[in-house]
Amino acid sequence: MEIPENVKKRLSIPADEHFYAGHTACQGCGASLGIRYVLKAYGRKTIFTIPACCSTIIAGPWPYTAFEANLFHTAFETTGAVMSGIEAALKAKGYKVKGEDGVMVVGWAGDGGTADIGLQALSGFLERGHDAVYIMYDNEAYMNTGIQRSGSTPYGAWTTNTPGGKRHFLEKRHKKKVIDIVIAHEIPYAATASIAFPEDFIRKLKKAQKTPGPSFIQLFAPCPTGWRSPTDKSIELARLAVQTAYFPLFEYENGRYKINMPSTKKEPKPIEEFLKLQGRFKYMTKEDIEILQNWVLHEWEKLKKLAEVFG
Amino acid sequence: MAEYKPIRKVVSGNYAAAYAVKHARVEVVAAYPITPQTSIIEKIAEFLANGEIEGLEYVPVESEHSAMAACIGASATGARAFTATSAQGLALMHEMLHWASGARLPIVMVDVNRAMAPPWSVWDDQTDSLSQRDTGWMQFYAENNQEVYDGVLMAFKIAETVNLPAMVVESAFILSHTYDVVEMIPQELVDEFLPPRKPLYTLTDFDNPIAVGALGGPNDYYEFRYKIQKAMEKAEKVIHEVGKEFGERFGRDYSQMIELYRTEDADFVFMGMGSLMGTVKQAVDILREEGYKVGAAKVRWFRPFPKKELYELAKSVEGIAVLDRNFSFGQEGILFNEAKGALYNTDAKPLIKNYIVGLGGRDFTVNDVRKIAENMKAIIDKGELDVEVDWYHLKR
Repeated sequence: MEIPENVKKRLSIPADEHFYAGHTACQGCGASLGIRYVLKAYGRKTIFTIPACCSTIIAGPWPYTAFEANLFHTAFETTGAVMSGIEAALKAKGYKVKGEDGVMVVGWAGDGGTADIGLQALSGFLERGHDAVYIMYDNEAYMNTGIQRSGSTPYGAWTTNTPGGKRHFLEKRHKKKVIDIVIAHEIPYAATASIAFPEDFIRKLKKAQKTPGPSFIQLFAPCPTGWRSPTDKSIELARLAVQTAYFPLFEYENGRYKINMPSTKKEPKPIEEFLKLQGRFKYMTKEDIEILQNWVLHEWEKLKKLAEVFG
Repeated sequence: MAEYKPIRKVVSGNYAAAYAVKHARVEVVAAYPITPQTSIIEKIAEFLANGEIEGLEYVPVESEHSAMAACIGASATGARAFTATSAQGLALMHEMLHWASGARLPIVMVDVNRAMAPPWSVWDDQTDSLSQRDTGWMQFYAENNQEVYDGVLMAFKIAETVNLPAMVVESAFILSHTYDVVEMIPQELVDEFLPPRKPLYTLTDFDNPIAVGALGGPNDYYEFRYKIQKAMEKAEKVIHEVGKEFGERFGRDYSQMIELYRTEDADFVFMGMGSLMGTVKQAVDILREEGYKVGAAKVRWFRPFPKKELYELAKSVEGIAVLDRNFSFGQEGILFNEAKGALYNTDAKPLIKNYIVGLGGRDFTVNDVRKIAENMKAIIDKGELDVEVDWYHLKR
């Protein structure tokens, strides 16, 4: 589509598309929007590593690919390791890696492949300081295998292996704070992002590109199939997750924390607003909601404190 | 072509491997320490620290699984990649071995043959590498430190010709930590023998991006498997050619996948793989003097399996004693199993008996070979086996 000159100037999101129509994502898929933005930000001079996850098939079965960038599909737990090898090979062969004109090495993995089975390889990748970007798209369960809980599944969520029944068997643990684990590696740049705030996401992707060393972005990406939510509510849900401080957007840069949103001056919206649009939380009792609400506010206060002290 | 003047160094098997990695101009090494492999990657690190290697990226990964994964990433990006491991580490890598061959990446790895726990053991045993039989990796078994060095150089050339990964296997401690004279090849001659890799594909053509390893439906997957088999079949020819070329250039001929030693007029032969065949060859010389008409058949390449060469050998002898430093539980020694299988539909029907020897580093000596020879002679004279599988060292 031709964009008039005067409009183009105002866009902070690149107009170029490198994610082809005809990919096989579900309707309302947050992850596919994420891919589109990453490709917009980095363009074709990019090498993706994708482990077992929804994106394996979103990209298309052999011989197809919806990515206009090189892509290596790999085993579930190996994203951090494979991208390390790619980065090392590029350097051995004399390519410029990262930076505005360098090759972008991107790991694109779901929450299960990051928070659980891939955590060790992620840790190794971070600790060794490779010039690459790891993006965890967080849809809070193993969606491609049929909606099983992951370490990133929130308290009270229905999944197929934490179902709601007579004895109320639901996820009893809070979401694993992967970004905190990442930050403990003291990498130069880590951030959370959301598909509801693409300008913010693109800005963070660009910052990750400019920052030498390993970067990490945890992208909140709703999944209508797994969340039992209407397919036209994905953006709204992603926005509510931020507004309720359930998934606040912040950056960690060389030891400093900066909260992007929600506003630290206002009370976050009640968590029910986020929960009520989704079938996965329908088994929660009032007490369950209170437990989750308290956790969200507690974590929010912690983050505010971090931003205050280390801002 | 420059004249070949070998450089003689007294090195361990592991150092021989490290020198070969250096001479092969490997671009990425990703590795994790495990006994008794560790001194390979330590030596490579030392080369780097001393500025003796250039153009190599060294990735000290957090596990063997990641070591193979990083090699896969590097190899897919077009680099010549190497790793080394042993036993539990190789088992941990197993999943990614399939990935390397499936993605047709010519990674070369040294496996230092070590027994699998429990009980913990750090000593020689072939079960770790043979457990990787069906991963689509080629496997070369070295008898001595020289063959470790030569094997790594040839493995890269063969692997990069057929686009399959290759494993060079050496014995724990017997080779890995034992020093011996190794004739090394001057760098310029290695460069002539092993030019820079020309990858089948790379992830660095940004104008024509590709996706590797995507989902393959039932209409496609089958053909991918068939092509791996065709590559294995091609490898037999390439192994012969590269082994012959190596012999012509450097005086050590590796054109045969099974090295035959004094088998021409042998009544029966001892067949096995790896360092134990050095002992066997020595025993053959002694037994020959004692009047036994025996020979040794050292299986160098286990994958692809040298069916044709085995058939030719089997036609000419009355018996084969297969010495397995490994075991497949519920069945028998693995080389024995393979050898019998390879001969079943042929007219070569020598008596084949399986001797399980040296598991977990149990000493295997010339005297043991003599006892096996006596037993073999007896069963050949009688015309039938006593037992098919003999747990030779068992404390009875």
